[in-house]
Amino acid sequence: MFVALRDLRFAKGRFALMGTVTVLIAALVGLLSGLTSGLAHQNTSAVTGLRADRIAFGATDEDRSYTDSTVSAEQWRQWARAPGVEAAEPLGIAAAKARADGGTASVSAFGTEPGAGILPEGSALAASEVVLSEAAAEELGAGTGERVTLGGAEFTVTAVTGDDWFSHTPVVWTTLDDWQGLAQGAGEGPHATVVALTTDGADTAAADERIGTDTVERDDSLSAIGAYTSENGSLQLMRGFLFAISALVVGAFFTVWTIQRRPDVAVLKALGASTRYLLKDALGQALVLLVAGTAVGTGIAAAVGAAVAGTVPFVLTAGSLLAPSGVLVVLGALGAVLAVRRITSVDPLIALGSAR
Amino acid sequence: MNAATTPTPLRMTDVTLTYPDGRGRLTALDRVSLRAEAGSVTAVVGPSGSGKSSLLAVAATLVTPDSGSVEVAGEETAGRGAAALTRLRRSRVGIVFQQPHLLASLTAREQLQVMADLEGRSPRSAKGRAEELLAAVGLEGEAHRRPHQLSGGQRQRVNIARALMNDPDLLLVDEPTSALDRGRGATVVELLTGLTHRRAVATLLVTHDREQLAAVDRVVEVHDGRLRSPQPSGRRQGTS
Repeated sequence: MFVALRDLRFAKGRFALMGTVTVLIAALVGLLSGLTSGLAHQNTSAVTGLRADRIAFGATDEDRSYTDSTVSAEQWRQWARAPGVEAAEPLGIAAAKARADGGTASVSAFGTEPGAGILPEGSALAASEVVLSEAAAEELGAGTGERVTLGGAEFTVTAVTGDDWFSHTPVVWTTLDDWQGLAQGAGEGPHATVVALTTDGADTAAADERIGTDTVERDDSLSAIGAYTSENGSLQLMRGFLFAISALVVGAFFTVWTIQRRPDVAVLKALGASTRYLLKDALGQALVLLVAGTAVGTGIAAAVGAAVAGTVPFVLTAGSLLAPSGVLVVLGALGAVLAVRRITSVDPLIALGSAR
Repeated sequence: MNAATTPTPLRMTDVTLTYPDGRGRLTALDRVSLRAEAGSVTAVVGPSGSGKSSLLAVAATLVTPDSGSVEVAGEETAGRGAAALTRLRRSRVGIVFQQPHLLASLTAREQLQVMADLEGRSPRSAKGRAEELLAAVGLEGEAHRRPHQLSGGQRQRVNIARALMNDPDLLLVDEPTSALDRGRGATVVELLTGLTHRRAVATLLVTHDREQLAAVDRVVEVHDGRLRSPQPSGRRQGTS
């Protein structure tokens, strides 16, 4: 790194330009990653937070969907009796309008049995009672003991807990009976939307066949949430393009830089520099630039994310910021490797001028 | 040091080198045999295209001849891999390029320290030797200057000092005065001769400038890839 570090200092302008590009890409990737995680959280956290490992949907010819799925009481009971099933909780999901003295909000009403294991930890429900997620409580301006109206019926808030979201709306937990009243009004309707299962060696395929359901692992069920797949897919695609652009830009810069350095590389080779020495020097230089640029860019993304976290769905965690930073550095280094391998083809004879 | 056990810095025996030339091959060196002895400057002269630079490239282990033997510091180079030749060149051979070819980002002292880095030694620990060599070529107080802050003659001196940094047995010098005026050129050749004698290095000096030959110990002429018998020069002590 003796020459590489001095080149970095000497060619400040060129490296500052490239460093700035790296900073901007890293900041953009960081912001996009935080936003992707934030949007995903607001779409799925109520499902990913369920204390269950599988979800049984009502089997239909259509694509699996939380919106369209229905399960009957009989289906639920059959799942509860199935071998290898430790717990089977009916779960109803419906969009609803909530109102309280402090405001109104669009919410997702989650209905289940009173005392079910999938209720937020430490909370219990009885008829005409609700548990509000923190976001729902904030939007409604309601706290424990206060009254809220949900789909025209009045409920008492027994607890405010958890950060559950579903399909970009905060979750309000009710009893299954109350949920059925919300979801189907006065008519006859579904018992629940899905059955949340805790299994231990259950043959779910055989059970599905027998019961008439369609069971998937909990995390695989996220694709059944409204526009989650297309929304998340679009953002991931953008992030993927940024990763590719980063690798290409870094590769292009170091290709030009390596071509410009050919005479110096020829001299160093003639003086006795091994190919390993030269590659280590050049890649070390690329890594210094990449790591420094990515660190600054990620820092900017973290600062901006922290500033907007209250108004924009932005998740600021080590996973949402450091993992994409690591990918940026690795892909950038890969681009640099492809660029600086040209060093191996430099002929030291160039340094001697004409050899004939 | 016991002269009987000291290997000859450069011994070339029946070296032939050809290059592709259209459908045939051009003979750049034709059964050339040459020795360079420690403490002696051997000048290689000849017209353009005679094979001087090819001779230098073969001695520098940068080009492998078609046939013949090349020994550097007693080590036969034939059959050695590229990595082994690089190691040999790094530790036993110093090269003074026609143009100084200094690295723009390094100061004069760092141009020398990088040689220690190439050998895997700490550049910091080589600072003292670098400054000593810069002083030996008359560049005291210029160690912190970068190439663009030095004159042409000063850059050529750094080029020479760099070649001596790893204490080579063999110093290969390629047209060192071609970019300098006559006075500076003479000074550089005097400097090379003095360093060769004081440091007991074998110097092979390729030049087309016959006016500089008075300062060297021995002259060989290359014509059409063949060595001719040495000719007398001003201060030569004899030839072998």
